[in-house]
Amino acid sequence: MTERSLSDQAAIVGIGQTEFSKNSGRSELQLAAEASLAAIRDAGLDPSDIDGMATFTLDSSDELLLMRALGLQEVNYWSRAPFGGAGANTTIMQAAAAVASGACKHMLVWRAFNERSGHRFGQPQDPGTTVGWNWYLPFGLDTPAKIYSLTFQRYMDRYGFTNEDFGHYPVVARKHAATNPAAWFYERPITLEDHQNSRWIVEPILRLLDCCQESDGGVALVITTPERAKDMPKPPVSIRGIVDAQLIHGHVMFNYYQDDLSRYEENYRAASRLWEMTGLGPSDMDVATIYENFSPIVFMQLEGYGFCNAGESVDFVKAGHIELGGTIPVNPHGGLLGEAYIHGVNNILEGVRQIRGEAANQVEGAEHALVAGGRGGMVLGKA
Amino acid sequence: MSSVIAPTPDGVDQYFWDGVARKQFLLQKCSACGALRQPPAPMCSECNALEWETQEATGRAKVYSWLVSHHPTEPDADPRIIVVLDLEEGVRFVANLVECNLADIRFGLPVELTWVEYPSMNREAPQILPQFRPTGDAA
Repeated sequence: MTERSLSDQAAIVGIGQTEFSKNSGRSELQLAAEASLAAIRDAGLDPSDIDGMATFTLDSSDELLLMRALGLQEVNYWSRAPFGGAGANTTIMQAAAAVASGACKHMLVWRAFNERSGHRFGQPQDPGTTVGWNWYLPFGLDTPAKIYSLTFQRYMDRYGFTNEDFGHYPVVARKHAATNPAAWFYERPITLEDHQNSRWIVEPILRLLDCCQESDGGVALVITTPERAKDMPKPPVSIRGIVDAQLIHGHVMFNYYQDDLSRYEENYRAASRLWEMTGLGPSDMDVATIYENFSPIVFMQLEGYGFCNAGESVDFVKAGHIELGGTIPVNPHGGLLGEAYIHGVNNILEGVRQIRGEAANQVEGAEHALVAGGRGGMVLGKA
Repeated sequence: MSSVIAPTPDGVDQYFWDGVARKQFLLQKCSACGALRQPPAPMCSECNALEWETQEATGRAKVYSWLVSHHPTEPDADPRIIVVLDLEEGVRFVANLVECNLADIRFGLPVELTWVEYPSMNREAPQILPQFRPTGDAA
């Protein structure tokens, strides 16, 4: 008997989003409702068809209030994903497992926040934060940029990479965003010189233009079984494979306690599980979206997923492989640096658009999209 | 001198901050198998024992990773150097490097414990912190 697997057991049938801004002017619950309704209508469904919901533990919108806003009549399964951006992949996995198991029929996944006009993730952590932060806050380790940089430093040292090397990714992200009308940085590309002239955020690792945006906005998806997906209006996008990989002694942010910090172990593990699950490999991918809170993590994941060898990602990016028209276009929508930071979930929507063939910067004939989320990831494909 | 955020001990790490107040740098140690754990945990992942004690660290370490921390939104006079240390005892610890020029920082730099008292951002009383400086022969 073969092990059961989530491969091709669920499909993404609806996507929706609000505009991406720096000041939405409305509540997070309203953003969640607007994005969710757009996704439900995109799937050709009525809100009363939705009977399952998932989001991040960090999302401020109450399930019951969102049900009441949307007109969901009865929900039979709900769940939330822990931690931050890694939850983007986890919510989809929860949704896929829920419909595949029969716990519910149509899952709504959403993430909505005022992350620029409200609570800004890039700002220093509140001094009153306790559990787990006492090991870091007194020493000044108080922002995600600093927290991640201590691992990026080891990676830089191991391969001799510099901040200027990493600058090649933001240039690509902003180039892609420049032709995506939904992107905050639409029609605003940058040069490597702009990158090098932007101020240090964490010396000598990250400059301002290495950092993802802080954004207001909401995104949502509807997920169901492949059988139901056949009767829906948009071309169904199958979840060919989806994995999370959390390791002992690991940490989502303060990941300092494994042996070799120059190697993103969770990412390597997620990649090997995903390729094994799908029977596919990096050369089968036509396009990729890669979660990028900060630019170095794109380089680490290009290596982790095997698009190039360890230590070769800078040359790989410089050679143009990740640009539109390259061998593996990465974040054609502009990613979290160029489009918006909706906690990584907007990167999943771009994967769906690429497989449907309706992206602003469409990769012609894309059959397989990798949606990489650091310690998790999925492959989307035509159903 | 920059002010620092004073910790809010949460029960799991009370032993550590009690030690700091006495200028003792304490690590949590499993009473059954002797494994050290930093950060602490209520159970030993090696043998699942609940009993634990503390061991005073030598304060000798090597720099494993580092960065220069500027305030994210306002200029600050004294950027701090944050380091991940490999303690001699074999566990990692995050702290600050002091008495060291930026140009002299390198991976593997041998450092030693020193205690520094800072003004606190969130408390009346000053806060003592374990800090690390290059050892004499390495500076």
